[in-house]
Amino acid sequence: MTDFDDIPVAGNGLLDRRIFLKAGAAGGATLLTATAGAQDRPDWMRMPGAGMSETGAPSEYETQLHRRAIGSQTGTTGSGASRTPLPYLDGIITPSRLHFERHHSGIPNIDPDQHKLIIHGLVDRPLSFSLDALARYQTVSSIQFLECAGNSLRMLAPEPLQISCSLLHGLVAASEWGGIPLSALLEETGVKPSARWLVASGGDACRMSRSVPLDKIMDDAIVALYQNGEPLRPANGYPMRLFLPGWEGNMSVKWLHTIKLVDQPAMTKDETSKYSDLQDNGETRLFSFPMRVKSVITSPAPGLDLGEPGGYQVSGIAWSGDGKIRRVEVSADGGNTWADAALDEHVLSKCLTRFRSAWRWDGGPAVLLSRAVDSAGNVQPTRSVVLQGRAPGAFDHCNAIQAWQISRNGKVNNVYS
Amino acid sequence: MFIRSALFTALVIFTCSVMAGEKPGLGKAISMEELAKVDYTVLPNGYGLPEGSGNAENGAVVYAQNCLACHGEDGTDGLNDRLVGGLGSLTTDKPVKTVGSYWPYATTLFDYVRRAMPYQAPGSLTNNQVYAVTAYILFLNGIVEEDAQLNAQTLPNVKMPNRDNVVWDYQPE
Repeated sequence: MTDFDDIPVAGNGLLDRRIFLKAGAAGGATLLTATAGAQDRPDWMRMPGAGMSETGAPSEYETQLHRRAIGSQTGTTGSGASRTPLPYLDGIITPSRLHFERHHSGIPNIDPDQHKLIIHGLVDRPLSFSLDALARYQTVSSIQFLECAGNSLRMLAPEPLQISCSLLHGLVAASEWGGIPLSALLEETGVKPSARWLVASGGDACRMSRSVPLDKIMDDAIVALYQNGEPLRPANGYPMRLFLPGWEGNMSVKWLHTIKLVDQPAMTKDETSKYSDLQDNGETRLFSFPMRVKSVITSPAPGLDLGEPGGYQVSGIAWSGDGKIRRVEVSADGGNTWADAALDEHVLSKCLTRFRSAWRWDGGPAVLLSRAVDSAGNVQPTRSVVLQGRAPGAFDHCNAIQAWQISRNGKVNNVYS
Repeated sequence: MFIRSALFTALVIFTCSVMAGEKPGLGKAISMEELAKVDYTVLPNGYGLPEGSGNAENGAVVYAQNCLACHGEDGTDGLNDRLVGGLGSLTTDKPVKTVGSYWPYATTLFDYVRRAMPYQAPGSLTNNQVYAVTAYILFLNGIVEEDAQLNAQTLPNVKMPNRDNVVWDYQPE
């Protein structure tokens, strides 16, 4: 046991976060002295196990490791979304096969030998790049989050929906994204002084398109070729996608095919009629690009209920499109008292950060909250603050504090605190 | 002769600068003909709109054949996105967002239909048909007359009802 095991730091059973900083110190104190015979072995220890395989798969016992809430518009199979199963994952890297999806006309089956990236418009030299050519350019990689602008919108419904954490918040994931800085390719094409934006279009059936300001492109945009060490999977843009760290996911155009430099935004369907936020004064707010500071407790959470009263880890993810996570606080009493959560070692810019708190659940009612602060000083807002000024039904770009209510039987419910 | 020599000089300078930075420089020149096949971008000022034209009368036929199944007979009650109506509703407690009530730019409608519609067969409409069905949807919303001829010159001048309500969150540097 650690020295901090019994030190409460906030109401309703939250314990000192240093319990995680001392991880590993408690083991080794007891020598195992019992002897055991072969007859005591479980089946899988009484004969050699399976052989090698070309690709891995999760244990057959891990039945929860699949994307959730797959839904598509009426009459379509590829215009919709699937969600990352957040409560069943730990750390900050989302396995590629579990990364959420949002497509607007299905997943194209692109032959990489025929695919080209074409850069044109207000450039000195319109150029076409094959995948073979791009393979010879200097690449960079970063671990960063990708979040759909519509993530968490269901927590703005008038009444709390009793749906899973994955359905509520599963349109976010983090990966190691590898690729070529787009600025390097624009250096090759040259950029005319009048260029201010570019229009990126995908090689899918709808030629999904978004306008992106050139200053973001020159800052940190990449043409991503790799995700978590392997070539992009088709659902994430194979053979190449635009990746704009920290900005709403729709702009990181998958299956990137053409880039046209222009002097003004094209006002495409997805940046005007979708991913815009109608205000209660009648304004239509466009171009809310960075995904703002946010956190959510993923364990416990709806879909991952508690068992017997006792000690639990409260764990979740925090992220900000404006920089690094500086701090995450957790409350077990509905926000009356708060305590700092421990942050895992990897606290990266525009990336998921894993936080953990120790909690002793006494079996009584509790409301768990998490609240993140980013390196720019932005504090995650409450639900009522997020709703201020919005028109009814304008639910994109929601970064509100999520409350999970624990009932006496351990069931976790979505509530509004 | 002078032009050829200037081009050669430019090529030498370009090649040298690429080599100096040890950059691959593997982008291939692309012809205007090839570009025309992949350039779908249309700006609100009309830049990028192709030749061709159409009006709502022709558009009604295009709509019936290609759009009606998903968007309904008059664009208000289909299986998918509502296209028509909702004018004046955006500041009520039940905003109805349609092409007519919410889309701020008429050029967006042409751009999107040409890129992506009809859903099952994108790219199957001619430019004249895209202009015509654009005109028809705008006509159903009471934004243009039934005989208004839309083309690269007239479409950018169509003012959408929600145009003046647009604000930008992002502020250019």
